[in-house]
Amino acid sequence: MSGQHSEGVRRWYRYWITFSTLLHKEVMRFSRIWVQTILPSAITTTLYFVIFGRLIGDRIGAMDGFAYVDFIVPGLVLMAVITNAYSNVVSSFYSSKFSRYVEELLVSPAPPWVILAGYVVGGVARGVTVGIVVMLVAMLFTDVTPYNLMVTLLVFLLTAVLFALGGFINAVFANSFDDISIVPTFVLAPMTYLGGVFYSIELLPTFWQWVSMLNPVLYMVNAFRYGLLGTTDIPLFTAFIIINGFIIVFALISLWLLRSGVGIKR
Amino acid sequence: MDALVVERLRKVYSSGFDALKGVDLRVEEGDFFGLLGPNGAGKSTLIGIVTSLVNKTGGCVRVFGQDLDRAPEAVKAALGVVPQEFNFNLFLPVAEVVANQAGYFGISRRKAKARTEFLLKKLDLWERRRSEMRDLSGGMKRRLMIARALVHRPRLLILDEPTAGVDIEIRRSMWEYMRELNAEGTTIILTTHYLEEAESLCRNIALIDHGRIEAVADTRALLAGLDAETFVLNLAKPLGQVPRVDGFELTALDATTLEAHVRRGRSLTALFAGLGRHGVEVVSMRNKQNRLEQLVMEMVARGRGAATARAA
Repeated sequence: MSGQHSEGVRRWYRYWITFSTLLHKEVMRFSRIWVQTILPSAITTTLYFVIFGRLIGDRIGAMDGFAYVDFIVPGLVLMAVITNAYSNVVSSFYSSKFSRYVEELLVSPAPPWVILAGYVVGGVARGVTVGIVVMLVAMLFTDVTPYNLMVTLLVFLLTAVLFALGGFINAVFANSFDDISIVPTFVLAPMTYLGGVFYSIELLPTFWQWVSMLNPVLYMVNAFRYGLLGTTDIPLFTAFIIINGFIIVFALISLWLLRSGVGIKR
Repeated sequence: MDALVVERLRKVYSSGFDALKGVDLRVEEGDFFGLLGPNGAGKSTLIGIVTSLVNKTGGCVRVFGQDLDRAPEAVKAALGVVPQEFNFNLFLPVAEVVANQAGYFGISRRKAKARTEFLLKKLDLWERRRSEMRDLSGGMKRRLMIARALVHRPRLLILDEPTAGVDIEIRRSMWEYMRELNAEGTTIILTTHYLEEAESLCRNIALIDHGRIEAVADTRALLAGLDAETFVLNLAKPLGQVPRVDGFELTALDATTLEAHVRRGRSLTALFAGLGRHGVEVVSMRNKQNRLEQLVMEMVARGRGAATARAA
């Protein structure tokens, strides 16, 4: 019995080492090229704050009772988290497929869930790092302080997890570098821009409000806005159900893909 | 105990290509086993399935008694593989490639560092430990793949064309290291196009063609099955015409070079005596073809003949 117990402990220790090796590799990867991975979001966000906050924002006036520059902070931070968590995993995993060094993992005894966890947490690490940088930039232009820290952190992390998983699924099905830019350009960007980053959906006609409800990014942006500002167009409970629902579905799909080898093995 | 047992292994690719048609294979623990066959015979597919890089269509694989489907972690922990094609992250330093692989096998960073240093020194790569992969020569990359495959100390090492593109000196030193590993108890399965390599290293050999194992035997017994060998004879003086020697087929390659086809059981002494009677003096002789290569060629020719007959 104690032999079985110690074997169990040893196995979990091996999983931990595998996970931490993969995470270390992923973090080193985006840290080494921080000019390409972290800096662009900081610059883009600064431009958004300058243009939409300072130059145009004053003419727009208040939104949901907040200065426009404050209103867009949650959406801009989350947009950076979404883009970076997604692109980190999609580019890293697709590169490993393209250059075939994914085989280093496939021949190892690492179970699929450990491999998935390593890539996803790597993506979350980049998403969170860039999110913090963008938040720091936001603090230069606004006086926003979290209204509910717990909700803020939870939405921040869950959104990063969800889009890291999305990046993984995209990478598995991608057959060329074009395939890994199609989704961010034609799906992710429209979803994010139409997800209430720059406006409250109450400004939209009823039909478009209903259409907006089909966009999962809307729920994340609004839940995060609640965490930071205390205002939301969507009930918080519904937002968490939607976010967690997508995470569960994406995680199950990713694990099935890794286990079956679809798009990875010959 | 058997290191590897493969039973009724089948692989049909999505293109419809039937790469393995029910392969049965058994490799004993401690063996140095050669898997030979022409391009497209199914060698890499077979290795791919054993190492979990290719999904099988049917059949079963057991490594040291553990079933690949039921205990994949135990099977993978026992295996090391050196693939045919380079599969590195080109932007990582050499030492990190090996240490990361140890990490994927659950080996702590401290142990991984020590083993990486040992293997890189053993394979003459220590001086290049900080170089990125893209800065290494082909031979260095091959040696690095061996170091990476050995870092978790596998009981069964599978080498798929490990010395392709490596110069002779390094190839010989790699052979020595493989012999050393085998002597220390590591079971080795080798596929190679350098049949001289297989003849020199492998105790047992399987010949595979068209997705089927055509023959499995110990190397010496297999070579004994050769029907004939061809020798190239360098002569002291130019020939006027090709001499006739009973029981041997002779062909002139040029004025001072003869090719002799010697059937099994015929003595070379009889050939030299016959040539001597015609006043032909042989100054040197070499085997035209590697013996194993000849055997593989014969096997392939027989297999293709049979396939044609089946198709007809």
